[in-house]
Amino acid sequence: MANLKTSEKKTKAQSMGLHSEVLTGKTQQKFFNPDEAENFYYFGTYDVDFNKRTEIDVKNMECREANKKIDELMKDGYGTIVIKNPQGKHSLGVGILNKLNLIFEGSLGYFGCGSMDGPIVRINGRVGWSCAENMMAGKVVIEKNAGSCFGAAIRGGDLICKGSVGARTGIDQKGGTIIIGGDAGAFTGFMMQRGRIIILGDVGINLGDSMYDGTIFVGGKIGSFGSDAVEAELTDSDQDWLKRKLKVAEIGENFDVSKMTKVVAGKKLWNYDALEPTEKKGAI
Amino acid sequence: MCGIAGLIHRGNTSKVGFELQGMLQALKHRGEDSTGYALYGKTNGQNFIMRFKVGENVGEGSNSVMEDVSVYDERKKIVDGYLSDLGAKIIKEERILPYSLRYEIEYDKDLMEFSQKIESVPGVEILSMGKSLEVIKDLGNAEAVCKRYNLDKLVGTHAIGHARMATESGVDIKSAHPFWGYPFSDVSVVHNGQLTNYWNNRRVLENKGMRFMSECDSELIAVYLAEKMRNGATLEEGMKETLTGLDGVFTYFVATKDSLGMAKDTMAAKPLVLYESDDLVAMGSEEIAIRSVLPQEIETYDPFDGEVKVWQI
Repeated sequence: MANLKTSEKKTKAQSMGLHSEVLTGKTQQKFFNPDEAENFYYFGTYDVDFNKRTEIDVKNMECREANKKIDELMKDGYGTIVIKNPQGKHSLGVGILNKLNLIFEGSLGYFGCGSMDGPIVRINGRVGWSCAENMMAGKVVIEKNAGSCFGAAIRGGDLICKGSVGARTGIDQKGGTIIIGGDAGAFTGFMMQRGRIIILGDVGINLGDSMYDGTIFVGGKIGSFGSDAVEAELTDSDQDWLKRKLKVAEIGENFDVSKMTKVVAGKKLWNYDALEPTEKKGAI
Repeated sequence: MCGIAGLIHRGNTSKVGFELQGMLQALKHRGEDSTGYALYGKTNGQNFIMRFKVGENVGEGSNSVMEDVSVYDERKKIVDGYLSDLGAKIIKEERILPYSLRYEIEYDKDLMEFSQKIESVPGVEILSMGKSLEVIKDLGNAEAVCKRYNLDKLVGTHAIGHARMATESGVDIKSAHPFWGYPFSDVSVVHNGQLTNYWNNRRVLENKGMRFMSECDSELIAVYLAEKMRNGATLEEGMKETLTGLDGVFTYFVATKDSLGMAKDTMAAKPLVLYESDDLVAMGSEEIAIRSVLPQEIETYDPFDGEVKVWQI
């Protein structure tokens, strides 16, 4: 094996066996080639016009019916859609894969705005569990509170909650940024792999438990650190980034970011199976 | 997955049976094996209301064995005899269903001795005993149970309920929630989750003289709290002890004659949404449950891990 301390990143990854897997069947990776762009078709996407605006009342609709209606409106080119009376219904606004201004005049239930790629969503209420789960890109702003598993497994985009959130925010996060204006519950950043979480208020126990990578910034008190989560130095560039991000998010504009705590992975759990038994004990 | 819901009117009364029916029906996708109501009505404060069953519902999905109505009649006769032996006077008697009865009784002695005697009759279980509490539980969804027992007109101050998807024990009334906090009058519990140290705790509590009627892990919460209160703890103190004494994942509600409480485990693994105002507190596993009583835009939030809250009427 090559010397991991001196080798280049690519060599290092290959030496660790990360690129040696032979993928077959449906698991084969396919990379985007710009020269072949015209051959790519992103199923279920539409060209919409932001200036074309409409409203729908979903009070008496089931979630499937409401989502189908949103799809039909996008198909007709509507780029700004206002949803009236969502009344805590589950799974609204899911699977939207094109640009869109989506505004919810009220609260959503579970799995709202999940698996989306591109829209800008504003929710003038609260959201239940697993809001924006698996989001690839876009922006979701929640004016009130959010439930647990907020932004679970998001890959990209900005997810902003102006109130407080429940437990396991950013669980399995793989990219993007989550910003919380209030407090966050236990196990925030549990097993996160990439991306950033900003919490302006307090956070519960086991922060960043078993995180692989990524960064968590906390403005208030921390209940406790989880396994392998450690405090890191808050650099000037971190502060610049935080200021910019909070400004864009229209949240905590005058917040003193210099007093925030930065939390990262200690990386003692990396390659856990390769550790000696005594090392495993020390890692946890 | 089960659904729980509860509400408390502070300073006034309402049709809590109807309201809870709406909340639980909104959660029916979380389980329709059975539905239970613990309703706290207006009473004269003198007599006990005893809800009890002399047999099981053998409807669709039930694990229970069909019994002849004559068996129920025989059990009822024995219960009536025992009541007389105990010095309890039946003021009013209602037979809602062949297997489900409601007695208003005059009684002023020890409830533990009373319950042990009545429940010594095979197949008989006291669902609730209280001066304002009435526990009604049966197979089916909230609407079906409400209709079967005419609950929609019941006026009271607070209520908790449960829509059950049976996972740890059978589909029957004895495993359905809410559980009465035997031997305390007017105490009931509903729970969403799983308790993993059920048998260890059950053995300890049984050795202390507490009784279990089912093998449903949720019953442990009611018995655990009752035992703490028997030893002088307040409801809130008992609830705080459950956070460390009970292992597993849980969100549960407990209600007494004049209060309603909630507790959430330290992992916050089970959902709960809460609405709180000066005159009403409503909570449920999902916001849509609260929306059935408050359709307008409201401020709601998820309580955090390890949180215990108690409200008075």
